[in-house]
Amino acid sequence: MSRSGRALFKQRGTAHLALSPRFSGGSKPWDISIIRNRTPTASPEIERLIELLAKLPGLGPRSARRAALHLLKRREALLAPLAEALGEAAAKVAICGQCGSLDAANPCVICADPRRDRTMLCVVAEVGDVWALERAGAFRGCYHVLGGVLSALDGVRPEDLRIGALLERAAEVGVREVILALAATVDGQTTAHVLSERLAGLNIAVTRLAQGVPMGGELEHLDDGTLLAALAARRA
Amino acid sequence: MPASLIPARHHVALLQLSDFRNHADLLLRLDDRPVCLIGANGVGKTNILEALTMLAPGRGLRGAASEDLARGGSEAAGRRARAWSVFAELRQGQETRRLGVGLESAPDASGPKRMARLDGRAATSSDLAKAARMAWVIPAMDRLFAGPPGDRRRFLDRLTLARASEHGSVAGAYERALRERQRLLGEPRPDGAWLTGLEQEMAAHGAALAAARVETLRHLRQAIAARPSGAFPEAILALEGDLEAAFEAGGVSADIEEDFARSLRAFRGRDGAAGRALLGPHRSDLLVRHGPKDMPASLSSTGEQKALLLGIVIAHVRALSQDPGAGPALLLLDEAGAHLDAARREALAMELLALPGQSWLTGTDASLFEAFDRQAQRFWLNEDGLSHAPQV
Repeated sequence: MSRSGRALFKQRGTAHLALSPRFSGGSKPWDISIIRNRTPTASPEIERLIELLAKLPGLGPRSARRAALHLLKRREALLAPLAEALGEAAAKVAICGQCGSLDAANPCVICADPRRDRTMLCVVAEVGDVWALERAGAFRGCYHVLGGVLSALDGVRPEDLRIGALLERAAEVGVREVILALAATVDGQTTAHVLSERLAGLNIAVTRLAQGVPMGGELEHLDDGTLLAALAARRA
Repeated sequence: MPASLIPARHHVALLQLSDFRNHADLLLRLDDRPVCLIGANGVGKTNILEALTMLAPGRGLRGAASEDLARGGSEAAGRRARAWSVFAELRQGQETRRLGVGLESAPDASGPKRMARLDGRAATSSDLAKAARMAWVIPAMDRLFAGPPGDRRRFLDRLTLARASEHGSVAGAYERALRERQRLLGEPRPDGAWLTGLEQEMAAHGAALAAARVETLRHLRQAIAARPSGAFPEAILALEGDLEAAFEAGGVSADIEEDFARSLRAFRGRDGAAGRALLGPHRSDLLVRHGPKDMPASLSSTGEQKALLLGIVIAHVRALSQDPGAGPALLLLDEAGAHLDAARREALAMELLALPGQSWLTGTDASLFEAFDRQAQRFWLNEDGLSHAPQV
C-alpha cells in the first residue's frame, strides 16, 4: 500500500476502502498489511493484552487473540490467577547471584540445597538447559549458567558471558570437576574450547558431554561424524 | 527378453504439484520408463524437475529459498511467503514410499512453515534424502569446466550430498567457523583461545568435508572405469586441495585435522591481512580432463563438455544406485539434448534405458526424444499445464 493510500485509509478507518485495488498499491486486496493497519475492534485494554501475548514464543497475532479471549472468558479460573502469578514472578524472580539461573530465592533453590554436590560444577549456556538437566534428574551437582555461547558473527564476546564468575567458582576450595554441557554446534564447541583453556591452570578435571549414538538410535541411520564420535568415545 | 521379465526401474509413480511455481495443480501418473516433458519455453518444464529436487536435501536445482517457490512468488503476495507442496509416490518393486515437502500455512499469522513427510508421518529432510536420491544436469552447468573453481566445488559437494545427506550440515558448520574466525581476525587484538577453538572446529568439519569429497571421487572413478567410454568420453577426475590430497595419500583423519588446525594457527596474520582464509577445503577445485583426448575439459568443445558432464553424472547415478543403503537414484536432465548430435542423443537414450532408476528429460521439441521410440513416456505442456496425456 502506498504511503498516501495508507494515510487515507487510516484517516477514514473503514475496511471497504482498503479492498479497493486503488488503495492497495497494485498488490492483492487481501494484503496482510491492511489487516494489520485496521482500526481496532476492541478497547485498548484488550488490544494491549493481545499485542503482548503475541510477543510470546510460539504465539502469533491470531493465536494471541484466541488466548486473550480464552483468558477473558475464564476471568476467575484463569485470568486473575495468571495476573497474580505474573505479578509475583515479576516482583520476586531474579538471577541467582551464584549460578546465574532464575529463581525467586537468591541464592536459588539448587545453590541453597545442602544435599547438592559442591565438588561438581556443570556449565550450561542457558537457564533452559538447567531445567532440561533437572528434568532428567541425573545430575546432583551445582550449575553455572553462562548466558549464551560465544559468537563473533552475533557479537557475543567472552565479556558478555559469565566466564569470570565461573573461574572464581571453579577456583573455590573443594571443586573437583567442571562439566562443560554445551551444544554440539560450532559456537557451543568453540565456547567449550575457550573455557577449557581458561580452566586449565586450576588443577581440576574439565570434562565435556559425550557425543554419539542417541537413545533408541540405530547405527545404520547415523551420519559418519556421529559414528566417528561414538567410536572415539566408546567405553568398556 | 519379454518386457515383463525386466525388473521395473525405481520410479516416480505419481507426482503432484500444488501452487508450485507456475503449476496451480498438476498431477502426473507415471510408469517406470524415462519421462520426457515437452513444451515451449516458459511452460514450466524445468519447474517440474525443480519440484522433484525439492524432495532431495538442499535447495533444489535452482538453489531457491522455499518462500519463493509458491505460485505467484513472494512478491505478489505482499512479501509474505505462501503455501506450496510437492507430493510424490516412489515405487521400487512392490514397495511404494510416499514423500511430501512444502510450505504449510500456519494457523496463525506467524507465516507458513516448512514441512516434510514420509509415508504419512512428519520426517526430517535426511529421512527424505534416503528415500529419494537424485542427480541432475541443468543448462547452467554448461560452463562448469570453464567457469570458476567454486562452481565445480559446489558441483562435487552436490554429488556428495546425494550420497551422504549430512554433508550439508558439515559444510554449514565449517562455513560458520570460517566466517567467525575471519571476523575475529579483523579485530585489533583477537582472543587467542577463541581463535584456537574456532580453528579446531574448522579443522574437524573441514577434514570431514574433504574426506567425504574424496570418498565421492573414489565412487565416481570406479563407476566411470566400469562403463565403456563411447559417446560419453571418459572423464579423468582429480581433486585440488591440501586436505583432499592428504586423504588421497592415505592420511589418517586425526592427523590431517591436527595439521590443518596448526596451519590455520600459523597463517592467522596472513589470513587476517588477506581478509579471507587462504587455506582450506573452501578453496578446493575439481579438475576434469577429457580422457581419450588427454586435455583439460575446459578446452574441449561445448558439445564435448556436455558429453563429459553427462558421463560424470550418469556414472554418479550408477554409483549411487549401487550403494547398499539406498534404492536406485533418479536422474533429471534439463534441456540435455540441446548440445548433443543425433548419435549422442541415441547413445544417451541407451544409457538412460539401462539405468536402474527412472530418468526425467525436458526439451522444446519431441524430435529430441525420438531415440527412445516407445520406451519413454511423453508429456506435452503448454501455458495451461498438461496439454495431453502420454501416448502408451
